[in-house]
Amino acid sequence: MPGRVAVRAGLFADGDTPALLGSRCASCGAHHFPCHDTCPYCAADGPVPAELTGAGSLWAWTAVTAAPPGYQGPVPYGVGVVELPEGIRVITHLTVSDPAALTLGQAMELRVVPLHTDAEGNEVVTYSFAPVGAP
Amino acid sequence: MSGVVITGVGMHPFGRFDGVSTTDMGVHTVRAALREAGVAKGGFQAAFCGTAYGGVATGHKVLSRLGLTGMPIVDVEAGCASGGAALMLAAGAIRAGQYDTVLVFGVEKMPKGIIRSSFFEPWQEEAGLAATPSFFALRAQRLAVSSGVTKEHLAQVVVKNRRHGASNTDAMFQKEISAEEVLASRVVCEPLHLFMLCSPNEGAAAVVLTRDAPRADPAPARVTLAGAVLRSHLPGSVLSESTPLSGLTEDDVPSATTLAATAAFEEADLGPQDLDVVECQDTDAARELLSYEEIGLCDPGASADLLVSGATGLGGRLPVNPSGGLLSKGEPLGASALGQVVELVRQLRGECGPRQVEGARVALSHTVGRGANAGVVILTR
Repeated sequence: MPGRVAVRAGLFADGDTPALLGSRCASCGAHHFPCHDTCPYCAADGPVPAELTGAGSLWAWTAVTAAPPGYQGPVPYGVGVVELPEGIRVITHLTVSDPAALTLGQAMELRVVPLHTDAEGNEVVTYSFAPVGAP
Repeated sequence: MSGVVITGVGMHPFGRFDGVSTTDMGVHTVRAALREAGVAKGGFQAAFCGTAYGGVATGHKVLSRLGLTGMPIVDVEAGCASGGAALMLAAGAIRAGQYDTVLVFGVEKMPKGIIRSSFFEPWQEEAGLAATPSFFALRAQRLAVSSGVTKEHLAQVVVKNRRHGASNTDAMFQKEISAEEVLASRVVCEPLHLFMLCSPNEGAAAVVLTRDAPRADPAPARVTLAGAVLRSHLPGSVLSESTPLSGLTEDDVPSATTLAATAAFEEADLGPQDLDVVECQDTDAARELLSYEEIGLCDPGASADLLVSGATGLGGRLPVNPSGGLLSKGEPLGASALGQVVELVRQLRGECGPRQVEGARVALSHTVGRGANAGVVILTR
């Protein structure tokens, strides 16, 4: 029976309180997204899985105006970088596709949003960020 | 450190050539470079071929057509810097005494439209997080924050490079363009308009490298390969060409370009102040300005000032992209770095006609792209 599927398993937790699933290096303390099994910064093995804060500030943004290869969702769509309190910046889909409607440093919150419906009728969802309080 | 000279170059124009195969373009280009170098069958001991989309044994197919096989032929893939990578390997082998003469060429026929790269996982494409121009746009926006770069500056880069390219018969676009026309083209990814982005396309370029040795009749304009360096990224920047999904908030991690430029200057025992002419990565207009800062052509944050001063236009103190750059030529990945090197060799020989940089003696080529891969080549006369 068709349902709701993540664009990739293990990237984010869906539900009432969505979260990005990352990791934290026990050796250098750096956070990663997605979850890594070796720290890209200090090469230490065995980072610990860590749920990242679902709120941050907008650091960069744009909108893609024509569908790139392999993408089946609506256009235009927003793409940007959100800075999280863990000291990392994350590449993300944005719910806002009008760049003029966003400002540098704006408070953003994590959402899980539909991308498209796959061949089996499943709703494919991805992580995204929206301005805090936006509908 | 040198000991390597370039004795011949060849070029197939960059553009769209229906009915002409990758192999055809390679044959045309290699033949021209070998003829110029006076190298015949048996005259080179190895060949390196830069290509990203050419497929299995691209180099072998070219040299088989020319009846020039038997020596090692190695295809090199380093994204936009494939040609720079091939040059580094060839120069290193000559310096190590392994070979006396090496053929280096790059060939490419890119698919049309936004570049589709096997670098990304399918889910990234499905989620819309694999659109190359969107990463360029995010970088451009950050350059606006760090360096005060405006859309008008971006348009000026295009105007400059298209003016330079107007007399380059190897360029895809040989027509000047106004800032108004650039800004009137459609927005691909804010702040980047269509004409601020280079076109992926087709083309080939080749150079012949030889161990430098005293000769009875030295060619009148031999060009020395003073440095050839390839570097990958250090992790840290979320907008690095390694296109990670996350990065750190620290901004002091040197870019792949800075790593490569620093090492190339050291290898050549030269610095940015010694340069007379530069060809740099201008996949988009903002990338050229970022390259000024990362290579050290100006202080961090001063790229727009350098552009506005006119220094980087033909007739200025340090012309950048006299060939017209990728914005005029288009970008065939495996050939783009060597295309820059061919232009610079011709500049150092004084063969560039209306776009000649008078008296140029020190030149730098820069490419950077997916991987990350950054290649910097320094040439002297």
